[in-house]
Amino acid sequence: MSETLAHSGNVDDSKRTWLIATSCAGAAGGIAAVVPFVSSFQPSEKAKAAGAAVEADISALKPGEKMTVEWRGKPVWIMRRTPEQLAALSALDPQLADPNSTRKPAEQAPEYARNATRSIKPEYFVAVGICTHLGCSPSDKFQTGAQPSLPDDWQGGFFCPCHGSTFDLAGRVFKNKPAPDNLEVPPHVYLSDTRLLIGDDKKA
Amino acid sequence: MAEFHEISPNAAAGEKLLNWIDNRFPLSKLFKEHMSEYYAPKNFNIWYVFGVLSLLVLVIQIVTGIFLTMHYKPDAALAFGSVEYIMRDVPWGWLIRYMHSTGASAFFLVVYLHMYRGLIYGSYRKPRELTWLFGCAIFLALMAEAFMGYLLPWGQMSYWGAQVIVNLFSAIPFVGPDLALLIRGDFVVGDATLNRFFSFHVIAVPLVLLGLVVAHIIALHEVGSNNPDGVEIKATKGANGIPLDGIPFHPYYTVHDIFAVSVFLMVFTAIIFFAPEMGGYFLEYNNFIPADPFQTPLHIAPVWYFTPYYTLLRAVTSEMMYALIACVVVGATLAVVKGKMPTLFKGLIAGGALVVVAMMLSIDAKFWGVVSMGGGVVILFFLPWLDNCEVKSIRYRPSWHKYLYLIFVINFVVLGYLGTQPPSAIGGRISQAGTLFYFGFFMLMPWWSRIGTPKPVPDRVTFTAH
Repeated sequence: MSETLAHSGNVDDSKRTWLIATSCAGAAGGIAAVVPFVSSFQPSEKAKAAGAAVEADISALKPGEKMTVEWRGKPVWIMRRTPEQLAALSALDPQLADPNSTRKPAEQAPEYARNATRSIKPEYFVAVGICTHLGCSPSDKFQTGAQPSLPDDWQGGFFCPCHGSTFDLAGRVFKNKPAPDNLEVPPHVYLSDTRLLIGDDKKA
Repeated sequence: MAEFHEISPNAAAGEKLLNWIDNRFPLSKLFKEHMSEYYAPKNFNIWYVFGVLSLLVLVIQIVTGIFLTMHYKPDAALAFGSVEYIMRDVPWGWLIRYMHSTGASAFFLVVYLHMYRGLIYGSYRKPRELTWLFGCAIFLALMAEAFMGYLLPWGQMSYWGAQVIVNLFSAIPFVGPDLALLIRGDFVVGDATLNRFFSFHVIAVPLVLLGLVVAHIIALHEVGSNNPDGVEIKATKGANGIPLDGIPFHPYYTVHDIFAVSVFLMVFTAIIFFAPEMGGYFLEYNNFIPADPFQTPLHIAPVWYFTPYYTLLRAVTSEMMYALIACVVVGATLAVVKGKMPTLFKGLIAGGALVVVAMMLSIDAKFWGVVSMGGGVVILFFLPWLDNCEVKSIRYRPSWHKYLYLIFVINFVVLGYLGTQPPSAIGGRISQAGTLFYFGFFMLMPWWSRIGTPKPVPDRVTFTAH
């Protein structure tokens, strides 16, 4: 029968309507089926759980030293700055791209670390040790003065080996470097004078 | 649909078998269409061996890859050790692994040469645009395949290279950070990333690659091969309907290609046995150190085949943005003042340029670096519509075109070299000039390819019998 219809040029409108309707429903179902597959690309519950806060004991940290703890698989630096290092910070302002972290304040640091030293206690600087350019981990350059890849009046800070961005000891990026922003200060809170919780800023 | 063909009962057993198959599957027909009665121009030169060599390397990669998968463990805690296990403990494992790692570099080498052949002889021109587009898609898939494969050994370069490239995506405004999270499956490159890259590398991308290769060859065999003269051999057919300048692919080019394959394999095996690391270019030294998320190696560079595009990325700094903005403004002004088109189009161009400049001023240079790197590959897709020269082949183009193509090649090599080097002030300037030249070559092609008088193109291909 269908053959005769096709040859005679008559179209069964009802059949065509249902064909279009079922095709559309099928296409919608097909598109909906993409959702679970794409969703499976998201971090798993396990990965999210691994993002939980970590505790650090900073009692052994001497002035001028830095320790690293892991949080969400990233290195988090805890640096105990000397009074001289702290004093040098404000003089650097003109050389920095964003000395007061005004570009993206919410992403760069929690509210309690939006100050001149970018920390809760001036002495202790806590930051995620991942360059804001393309995610390499900058290396320590605490030695002051002239040295390769760094300016002659270097006051101590961090140097990213990938594309040459430099940061001061408050994690602030210098001008004309590929990194657009200062290093991120993670949420953190002092549980006691020597115990620091990283990844959460509310005491349990 | 062919009629059922009966064969004489006295025919030989082989003939009977072939007839039985041909009545059920077009075996003889396919062989004729693609081999014994596929007529290729008789004037092919050395440049025409790289297509078949790419196919050979693809087979080598698939076969060695299958065997490596039998011993490799896609787990952040085990991956590095399992590669060392293949190298030291699996019988002949070192050979299979070196075939695969050298094969990756060989693949890009032959593909680059194959693409260069297409460029100089105008093989992308009408009617071969789709062959060229499928080829560009293969190149893109190959880059994805190589990038994801490079993470698997889980060495320092694997880890930090992936970290840098995945972070490139986070430079995209608005959706970037979420996209990077979706690619990694974790907040940093980790076990989830390794596992999914393994899945993409061993099955998803290879399937796409194979499909594209089939499409590339079907499209080629539909239109027929170009040749060094850029003359259409189908325009001059003999009384039997066969192009006068065509010879059957089999046996003429199959034998010719076996010779090329033999020479290639000599070089390939010599590298596998005597220089599998190629001085740190094929296998980077830092990749013999297990991945350490807390310690970035002092110098990060991609493998050699990505370095020209990596330089396009690094060249875009905030200073370079001013040069690029100037290019957009000059380009749009010229189009509006000199272009022959309706006022509506001119208005659209001027408006579009304004929007682009506004975006260039407001979005980080980092994002435009990503656009530059991606654009360097994507622009190849447009080549068939950028070239306005009257003739296809470099042989009949105005002589100065040859020098321009020479500069293009030198520039590409220089970009590649700079990509292997640590950032420096002078290198930065050269890479910026090189980037402008690279894009200028393509974007100004509609204009420069029209200039000059081409030489007369012969009706038949130039060929002297040996």
